[in-house]
Amino acid sequence: MFKRKDLLGLAELTPEEINFILDTARPMKQIILRDIKKVPTLRGKSVVNLFYEPSTRTRTSFELAAKYMSADSVNIAASTSSVVKGESLTDTGITLTSMGCDIVVIRHRESGAPAFLARNIPARVINAGDGTHEHPTQALLDLFTMREKKGGIKGLTVTILGDILFSRVARSNIWGLTKLGAKVRVCGPTTLMPRQIEELGVEVYHNIDEALKDADVINVLRIQLERQDKGYFPTTREYSRLFGLTKERLEKAKPDVLVLHPGPMNRGIEIAPEVADGLHSAINEQVTNGVAVRMALLYLLTGGGAIGEAVN
Amino acid sequence: MKLLIKGGRVIDPAQGIDEITDVLVENGIIVQVGADISSEGAEVFQASGKLVCPGFIDMHVHLREPGLEAKETIATGTRAAAAGGFASVACMPNTLPVADNRAVINFIRNQAQAEGVVNVWPIGAITKGSQGKELAEIGDMFYSGAKAISDDGHPVMNGEVMRCAMDYAKMFDLPIISHCEDLNLAAGGNMNEGLTSVVLGLQGIPAAAEEVMVARDIILARLTGCKLHICHVSTAGSVELVRQAKKEGLPVTAEVTPHHLTLTEKAVEGYDPSTKVNPPLRSLEDVAALKKGLQDGTIDCIVTDHAPHTVEEKAVEYGHAPCGIVGLETAVPLVWQALVIEGVLTPAQLVEKFTVKPAGILGLDRGTLIPGKPADITILDETAEETVDVNSFYSKGKNSPYHGWKLKCLPVATIVGGKVVMTDGKLTKSMEERI
Repeated sequence: MFKRKDLLGLAELTPEEINFILDTARPMKQIILRDIKKVPTLRGKSVVNLFYEPSTRTRTSFELAAKYMSADSVNIAASTSSVVKGESLTDTGITLTSMGCDIVVIRHRESGAPAFLARNIPARVINAGDGTHEHPTQALLDLFTMREKKGGIKGLTVTILGDILFSRVARSNIWGLTKLGAKVRVCGPTTLMPRQIEELGVEVYHNIDEALKDADVINVLRIQLERQDKGYFPTTREYSRLFGLTKERLEKAKPDVLVLHPGPMNRGIEIAPEVADGLHSAINEQVTNGVAVRMALLYLLTGGGAIGEAVN
Repeated sequence: MKLLIKGGRVIDPAQGIDEITDVLVENGIIVQVGADISSEGAEVFQASGKLVCPGFIDMHVHLREPGLEAKETIATGTRAAAAGGFASVACMPNTLPVADNRAVINFIRNQAQAEGVVNVWPIGAITKGSQGKELAEIGDMFYSGAKAISDDGHPVMNGEVMRCAMDYAKMFDLPIISHCEDLNLAAGGNMNEGLTSVVLGLQGIPAAAEEVMVARDIILARLTGCKLHICHVSTAGSVELVRQAKKEGLPVTAEVTPHHLTLTEKAVEGYDPSTKVNPPLRSLEDVAALKKGLQDGTIDCIVTDHAPHTVEEKAVEYGHAPCGIVGLETAVPLVWQALVIEGVLTPAQLVEKFTVKPAGILGLDRGTLIPGKPADITILDETAEETVDVNSFYSKGKNSPYHGWKLKCLPVATIVGGKVVMTDGKLTKSMEERI
């Protein structure tokens, strides 16, 4: 059973807790694949999606997850809320709690903002991505996809490719994968690789061909184009030449390699279109799995019991 | 009016005194240090079992007045100082307006006269508005009582401006107190760069951001001959640079804060904004190097960098919170634990770092109990213990990461110019009423 008040990151979860969430997501996926995608499980519960950063995929995914479970969900974009009038995060959180909100799903550009909110309000908090800290639901859906496609996580060689320094997806993936026994490689330019990252139990590569050799899974990160202005790499052309995942490079990996990308993609920069749309890619399925994982979390955080009950 | 401090362990490093004896004060001046002084006509302060030291001097605080009175005022900041055992504070010029001219320096001195309870020594800005561009009226401020100049919080990035400031300040023998931080290397940073910053996803501030500026300013001190005091040294590399500069005989001094001696970057885990400070809390290796630097004399003095903020300003996302820790009311017991109990410094060495050393750097006629000096005295009780409660601070600032810590060796009396302003952690009645 999941006993936590909040889901702030994978760093604090045990392997058992991670597996329990993934197990719970499996029947949830069945609901999404049905013709009538609606169960009454979370009827009477309310979920607020509090997004301080633009997001289509994650916000919609949470919203649909709540709706498929019959919870009431409300979206707040910081640009149209009292945040622009200078309201503090705590005050916003308390206001939402006073309206009876059970779960706040928060996306924020500041690392630690969900932890800060969780400390200050009684409602449950789900981190939907905070700064460069964690994006736990993304990592959970990545793990779910890998488990589904590969039969398990333990023993897999997973290469995370791209901007490791600023990526919350990379951090959450590293925690989740290492906890579940995968071998993790990180590969990217030296300027976008944190010093001491090896201490998290990963291998560091700066040569993509070496990093991809015999990989079971390649998780390609989105390269933020504004990093170029700050001088982390000279041009997208050079980035693509050194670190872009092309069809030729894919051949270094295992023949049944799985390609993931959290989206949105810069096609032709970090990933070639034919790889994104190719046979190895599970990028669209990741999106489906994202809804399932988020349904599982909403269910578990509102005190969900046995799984059979959830899908009735 | 006579005051006899009887039977305490008197520690006065300037005179090499560390013995149980008496101190006699008359009309605000130390008149005698010696055994069995007659108490005739004198009020007696029983100090047996206590440490009697020259009045402690904190040469780096932010009193926030004028302009930022929601954070702190000269009245509340000097009360916090008295409660923490400090008889003198030197206040940084980053007020609103900036203390970059005689008018603001005079305002601070007048306000301290009117409402303060300890000595306040103003520090003037190096450049107008601490903008790092044009020199402030350094001479005018010097003649109005500024004891040093600093653009603390706003490092002078332009090397040529710093060179001119040093050349100019030398005319008045004024020390430049340099906040060493390369703003480009530190840009966007919230904490020390290291594994913890990677895990927390907070952008790191590398040690190099401090060290390149320490190196630059030492080189400029060599060029100009100006007295250079390095603010809040926080990294092992900075300690080594200062050590080499001293070995070379350059007029370079340095300070360290209690928080850089007692906390590491690990304290940031959990994103408590009270741990956000500039320079950031560093690694365990840095803390060890700072202690070594104090021990071998590389680091001259201990300062709080007392930086009060309102609760509202600090109770926000980590990245949005302003930098700063309040230190006046916790400094002495914190460093007693970290330095004396752990055997880094003797009690006399610790007292030196709070008294004669900062007095020497600022050119103050204080920091010792030599007869004829103003009677600033700090009395400590090694055995007294207390649990830190930010809500009982005299300071308006509650931004302390030490809330709930149990501390030992408390200041039990602060005497300023012969007047007892604090006993047992509480302001004396006449001082309480002084607003």
